[in-house]
Amino acid sequence: MDTIFALSTAPGKAGVAVIRVSGPEAFRAAEAVCGSLPATHKAALRRFRKRDGTLIDEGIVICFPEGNSFTGENVVEFQTHGSQAVVSLLETELSSISGVRHALAGEFTRRALLNDRLDLTQVEALADLIEAETVAQHSQAIETLSGRLADSVVKWREGLLTAMSLVEAMIDFSDEELPPGMTEDIVRRLAELARTFEREIEGSQVAERVRSGFEIAIIGRPNSGKSTLLNHIAGREAAITSEIAGTTRDVIEVRMDLFGLPVTFLDTAGMRETDDPIEAKGVDLAKQRAERADIRIHLVESSDSGDLRIEDGTAFVGQKRDLASYPGFGLSGVTGEGVSDLLHAIHEYLKNSVNSKGSISNERHRRSLVEAKRCILQAAVHIELGEDYVDLAAEELRRAVHELDAVVGKIGVEDVLGKIFATFCMGK
Amino acid sequence: MKHYDVIVVGGGHAGCEAAHAATRMGAITALVTMKRDDLGVMSCNPAIGGLGKGHLVREIDALDGVMGRVADLAGIQFRLLNRRKGPAVQGPRAQIDRSLYKAHMRTEMESLPILDLLEGEVAELLFENSKLVGVGLTDNAAIYGKTVVLTTGTFLGGTVHIGDKRYPAGRMGSKSSIRLAAQIRDLFPRMGRLKTGTPPRLDGKTINWEVLESQPGDDVPTYFSFLTNSTSTEQVSCGITHTNGETHDIIRENLDRSAMYGGHIEGTGPRYCPSIEDKVVRFSDKSSHQVFLEPEGLSTDVVYPNGISTSLPEDVQESYVSTLKGLDNVRIIQPGYAIEYDYCDPTTLSRTLEHRDQEGLFLAGQINGTTGYEEAAAQGLVSGLNAAAKALSKDTVTFLRSDSYIGVMLDDLTTRSVTEPYRMFTSRAEFRLRLRADNADQRLTEFGKLAGCVGEARWTVFAEKKSKLDSAKAIMENKTYSSKELEGFGISVKNDGKKRSTFDLLSFPNIEFPDLLEIQPELSSVEFHVREQIERDAMYANYLVRQERDAEALQRDEQRAIPVDMDYESLSGLSGELRSKLVRVRPASLGQAARIEGMTPAALTLILSVLKRSEAERRA
Ligand SMILES: Cc1cc2nc3c(=O)[nH]c(=O)nc-3n(C[C@H](O)[C@H](O)[C@H](O)COP(=O)(O)OP(=O)(O)OC[C@H]3O[C@@H](n4cnc5c(N)ncnc54)[C@H](O)[C@@H]3O)c2cc1C
Repeated sequence: MDTIFALSTAPGKAGVAVIRVSGPEAFRAAEAVCGSLPATHKAALRRFRKRDGTLIDEGIVICFPEGNSFTGENVVEFQTHGSQAVVSLLETELSSISGVRHALAGEFTRRALLNDRLDLTQVEALADLIEAETVAQHSQAIETLSGRLADSVVKWREGLLTAMSLVEAMIDFSDEELPPGMTEDIVRRLAELARTFEREIEGSQVAERVRSGFEIAIIGRPNSGKSTLLNHIAGREAAITSEIAGTTRDVIEVRMDLFGLPVTFLDTAGMRETDDPIEAKGVDLAKQRAERADIRIHLVESSDSGDLRIEDGTAFVGQKRDLASYPGFGLSGVTGEGVSDLLHAIHEYLKNSVNSKGSISNERHRRSLVEAKRCILQAAVHIELGEDYVDLAAEELRRAVHELDAVVGKIGVEDVLGKIFATFCMGK
Repeated sequence: MKHYDVIVVGGGHAGCEAAHAATRMGAITALVTMKRDDLGVMSCNPAIGGLGKGHLVREIDALDGVMGRVADLAGIQFRLLNRRKGPAVQGPRAQIDRSLYKAHMRTEMESLPILDLLEGEVAELLFENSKLVGVGLTDNAAIYGKTVVLTTGTFLGGTVHIGDKRYPAGRMGSKSSIRLAAQIRDLFPRMGRLKTGTPPRLDGKTINWEVLESQPGDDVPTYFSFLTNSTSTEQVSCGITHTNGETHDIIRENLDRSAMYGGHIEGTGPRYCPSIEDKVVRFSDKSSHQVFLEPEGLSTDVVYPNGISTSLPEDVQESYVSTLKGLDNVRIIQPGYAIEYDYCDPTTLSRTLEHRDQEGLFLAGQINGTTGYEEAAAQGLVSGLNAAAKALSKDTVTFLRSDSYIGVMLDDLTTRSVTEPYRMFTSRAEFRLRLRADNADQRLTEFGKLAGCVGEARWTVFAEKKSKLDSAKAIMENKTYSSKELEGFGISVKNDGKKRSTFDLLSFPNIEFPDLLEIQPELSSVEFHVREQIERDAMYANYLVRQERDAEALQRDEQRAIPVDMDYESLSGLSGELRSKLVRVRPASLGQAARIEGMTPAALTLILSVLKRSEAERRA
């Protein structure tokens, strides 16, 4: 197997750059560059030189031995000054060593997987971790990375196999004395599994939101102050992480980090009655989008406003507080009054739902669970129909196990892996 | 001197089937066994078939083997197990008259013109320059041939245990195969010990049948062979009795005198076929166990009590057996015993059952760690076909998990090895809905014809059946009906815009063939047994589409061959444990590798990448 290297920090000028080398020749390659190596896991200062002795940089070198490194192979990390020139000189030097080459996209992670340092769910979590922008995304990825999902799958699979073994016993040992009440026992177990999966599937929607961001739609008549409010939030209250051009010109999206949670505010600017069929279609889309959002903030006339409350994802708040005084809660995008209260209320509301999330956040996993649940319910139906249909029940359960196996990557190796590795970029 | 294509050692179920198959392929064959009287001996219970096992018998029959036909002739009680459940999990089973089975098997074997039946004990394999050339007998005679099939059953290093008594024997009344065992252990390091047991045999005249529940056979027998339409053998019932607290007390008190619990046996026994000692210890909360009293034949009074196999001393057997209802005054004709024997780790074999380290040597039956007549016979068939194919330079004959239980068994054995005697169950087959006992001929007879092991008589019968099925199906699939049209015939289906054929309709649980006659009156000419078969084929149609896809995926992985000389040692990144498993099993394909226990996606990806790289290199 080749020894590979790549820049592991973001390219460009920076304080520090890390170049990672992994593979059987990693230590030899490092020696060629910096002379003697420190003991493993110990950082040491070394001079990095070209073969002709010219100094490239002075920096830190750390060695990790096979079996005790990220990839499972011998790994060396060079921490250099974050200069593009230094990095490129060091890379040139490394690639001139025989058996050492530049890593392909995702190759470090792939090796970690190959060496059983990570399982499939952990590899996916790692991708999420690297993409994480907010604290919530980070902690979710860390949870999966620590193997929580894989552990759950093992537990579910056990439960499923137990139910399955009872069904199989009804088939393969029908000629022998079986304990009474087996059908009921199986149905009970299946129902329990289906409930667990159902909870996970529901929880996964929240988890998916943590990954992709919660959507908060600001709704109101034209000129109710929606854009002013959004501008205020974006400018003062929360850090914009990206501004996405609306899918229709009628929706403006602003993605930000709200006290650690990823959120996307939707300004459904064009929601007005219109005769223009094209525009009407846009308005329709905007409406649908708002309905699907996790929270809808309705900006209403001052007289319609009450206390600040988010119920079933909907809040009614008074608008243009700066222009009018009224007894209920109100805010103003111009003065900023009430905005902070609203954001805290949103955060509180979302945090509660985040606490209910399950172990799965990835769409691939969710689909597998949905299918597994379907199979389990179908199996229960067959079992309840009576002995005649145990063969079909068993088939459904086999399928359900198959789906769980797919989550941790027991089957369809090539497809699943191909897809996962395609989303990785180099050197991670 | 005669030079054989195939030499089969052993005349048990594996041996007979192997010799028969080899001759069907046209190989000049010798069957060497201890005694001519060995042919068709059933060492243990007087029954053939069951769940998974019945499937194997049907598959052997579909390939024109002997077991099914002989079992039909000797069957004295036929029962289709799981009759009320779906056809995929129904298994034909029959009580067998031992002496009839032996007699018919012998007639069958003696009728084969290119088979020589030889009596003698094989003492060694003969080699010339490390090339296998034949076998040597204990009387120093030699038999030469191109290939050798070993089917020595429980005889290799066999030791019988009754209480603390033990002596070498291949089974009760037969000598153990000791010299051959020594040579085999020498040649092949990966040998192990397994054990199995058998119950005492009872004198039926001393059983009080009056007080016992009886279990009759089916009114309409379901035969094993696709060629059998009826038999004239008299049919009998079995009796049912139970163990009780007193039985269990006696057994518990004497556990230390049992060969197994007294620590005399090192081999592992089957969990699913526990001795009565095992049942009492492991399921101590169960106050009673069912025991079937199976007559061993029409012309004998011997009864086989199924469910109380034991290795306790004779006096203990006497006292506990008499505590069972109806057995108060029973006389034991032959005590129960356990037997321990050598087996060969089947992962040393390729899928043709040829030993990977010894060209020309094939192993089949109990010697490969399996248990059961059907499992032995099915392996006999595979080894016979392939030994013949090798001797005659024909293509190998291999089976897949997706085409047969035979394929499932071969794959399990050669991939996962065994930790206890291996027995077939329907739950081992992930393609169970396709691999039914009723369609074994549709799955395999044509394949067998191409391989060269299916004779004219069977082919004619099959071809006729097939053409009837095909033409009936063609009528049925020829026209489709909307839900509205079906409504007109009084059949209500989901109004989903789909048009359905009458074949599709049969997959609905409440629709049967006669319901279709109103829609397609031309179907009324379809014969009864053809209708039944079509119903079974249609029943799983919706599931089969899915299984078909899985089977294709499997086939893809199966087709990615791994070279036998794959260098796992140099694959860095494999855990030590997986590496040693891969080296041991030497999977023939990526699909097989995936089924090795403990295999990880990571390791598979690694193997796959090596395969791809070497493919790329070859292309370049
Ligand atoms: C005590 C006992 C208990 C059993 N219990 C069960 C059970 O509970 N369930 C079950 O399914 N099965 C049971 N069986 C196993 C069943 O009998 C076997 O699985 C089946 O018979 C194996 O078939 P085979 O062809 O491999 O070997 P066998 O039927 O054992 O035949 C071996 C043949 O090889 C011949 N032979 C052996 N060595 C030589 C030699 N050196 N030279 C020439 N000929 C030789 C023998 O004479 C014999 O004919 C039991 C067997 C025994 C003995």
